[in-house]
Amino acid sequence: MLVLPSRTLAAAWVASVVLLPLVLPDPYVLRVAAMTCIFAAFAASWDLLAGYAGQVNFGQALFFGAGAYSSALLSLRLGISSWIAVCIGALIATATGLCVGYLCLRLRGSYLSLATLAFPLILIGALFAFPDFSGGELGVTGLQPLATSRIGNYYIAAAAMLALVFGLWAFADSRFGLILHAIRDDELAARASGIDTTRYKLAVFGISAAAAGIAGALYAHFMRGAGPSTLETALSFQVVIWGVFGGLATIYGPVTAVFVLYPLTEWLGSFSAFGELRLLIFAIVVLLVLLFMPRGLTPWVRDRIETRCPRCKQRNPAWHETCRVCGAPMHAKRAEPKPPLAAGARHSPR
Amino acid sequence: MLQDIFITGLVNGGVYALLATGFSLIFGVARIVNVAHSAFYMLAAYCLYTLLTYTGMGMGFAALASVAAVTALSLACYRLFIEPVRQHESAVLIATIALGLIFQELMLRTFGGHYLGIPNALEGVVTFLGVSIPYQRLLILVIAGASLATVWFVLHRTRLGLAIRATANDLEVANLMGMNVHRVAMATVAISVALAAIAGVSVAPVFVVDPFMWLAPLVTVLSIVVLGGLGSIQGSVIGALVIGYVEAITVFALPQGAFLKGAVALSIMVIVLLVRPEGLFGVAFEEER
Repeated sequence: MLVLPSRTLAAAWVASVVLLPLVLPDPYVLRVAAMTCIFAAFAASWDLLAGYAGQVNFGQALFFGAGAYSSALLSLRLGISSWIAVCIGALIATATGLCVGYLCLRLRGSYLSLATLAFPLILIGALFAFPDFSGGELGVTGLQPLATSRIGNYYIAAAAMLALVFGLWAFADSRFGLILHAIRDDELAARASGIDTTRYKLAVFGISAAAAGIAGALYAHFMRGAGPSTLETALSFQVVIWGVFGGLATIYGPVTAVFVLYPLTEWLGSFSAFGELRLLIFAIVVLLVLLFMPRGLTPWVRDRIETRCPRCKQRNPAWHETCRVCGAPMHAKRAEPKPPLAAGARHSPR
Repeated sequence: MLQDIFITGLVNGGVYALLATGFSLIFGVARIVNVAHSAFYMLAAYCLYTLLTYTGMGMGFAALASVAAVTALSLACYRLFIEPVRQHESAVLIATIALGLIFQELMLRTFGGHYLGIPNALEGVVTFLGVSIPYQRLLILVIAGASLATVWFVLHRTRLGLAIRATANDLEVANLMGMNVHRVAMATVAISVALAAIAGVSVAPVFVVDPFMWLAPLVTVLSIVVLGGLGSIQGSVIGALVIGYVEAITVFALPQGAFLKGAVALSIMVIVLLVRPEGLFGVAFEEER
């Protein structure tokens, strides 16, 4: 189970998420950690849609905000209990995702990104147009949290995050994920191979929106309210930055990125000298990391600690002399010739 | 009110046309969705403010210096941050977002978040069809028209323009025909950002200058280029006028229209995407496989 360093890291991460409140029961740390968990699930949901299926959504905040607002409004205006409100919020977010997916079926590439950017802004406009119902620019407040204790609230966020992340990961590793890869790389070829790409694209929009909606509904109950900030372009951009910073089409990449960047920015923000520079430092870090690791953080780290066997393509710890599966010597791979036309290099200026 | 709508729509449409043309150009040639495009527009306005306030330069000279400085800055940013990650489409996207945020934060730290005003280059109003138009707005219109005409001339009557259009059409073939696509991309970045900077310095006296002034035009420009068709210059200009008029009609004719103008522009974009995804004049790009 733990033969690969990356698996050891993943296990250590799960253990630290579970044990954190026992080691550090500080309210501030728990609050930041719970927010990190919620945003990690949100970032993972974006990765399924953008990384695997190639539908680079610039308006993922729409699903987050739809989940947050609908669960908050259901709890407050109709008095529905919190847990049911979270579930209904996720369903409404799923429906939103299916609508957006349906509208964007004919679009691809940059057109899709630009179109999806618009939807959360339209929803913000609609919410501001009915301030009595939606709370206008201040949003709605006064929600009951899901659990009464701080630690309970943290564990709800952490458990939901672990379930969503591992669920999405398993899902992306399944046959479904393989089909998503095919749709991203060549939709026409996928359709020619008998894949109903329309249905799969709609499904991935729905699933991604459901995960983002759960994250949004948990956020609303954790923050005891929902405001326009859950729908803002800034949040959509934030999730894109997390996704690309961590590494696309990995699920664990964006999660890692959130666990690195969110606490880092919060921690920097706690220094008064850095507090105002937080966004600036965040942007500069992202820019510099991209220069040195353009595929993202986790693929870069994974390439350092693991190598692929030249014969059987199984992953091995970087320090192994021979492959752990087939026994082939590992260092023959140094002679591996580079393909003359690597994918993605086609459009580069020579 | 009709005259108000006519003039406001025309002036705003002109500014939007400057921004959208540059955005479209850079997408067509380099396939870069430059989110930081309108951040350069914001930077030019700040640059003009600084030059006017602290050095006592004349308006015209300060405006030219701002455009030149911002264009040089954009070329430096392109070489340092965009060029090294050109192969990774998503990395380019993030890099431009990060650049926009960096500029916004730098301006926020340097000048603070409050609104800054810049005096008009030309005072006075002219009365036309019973509506009084400040000279400054006419000046914006003239500058926009002249810049767009220049761009049209460069694109259609010079060798550089031919190379730009050829690269936009097919990068690989243009490269094989001996064009230095790398240098063409640099030239396109310069032209595109210079247009944004011209828009920035010309509207700075009319609008207020603040670090978040790039976000609203960004969204409008996105809806314009989708309406006109990504990569189409003609489409960008016509789309800009359409959106400029639609916004003017929304603001003047609807109660609380000022809040709704963004939503209306975006709704137009969604409708266009549904009915005709390649936009009014979209070059239906060959599927890149």
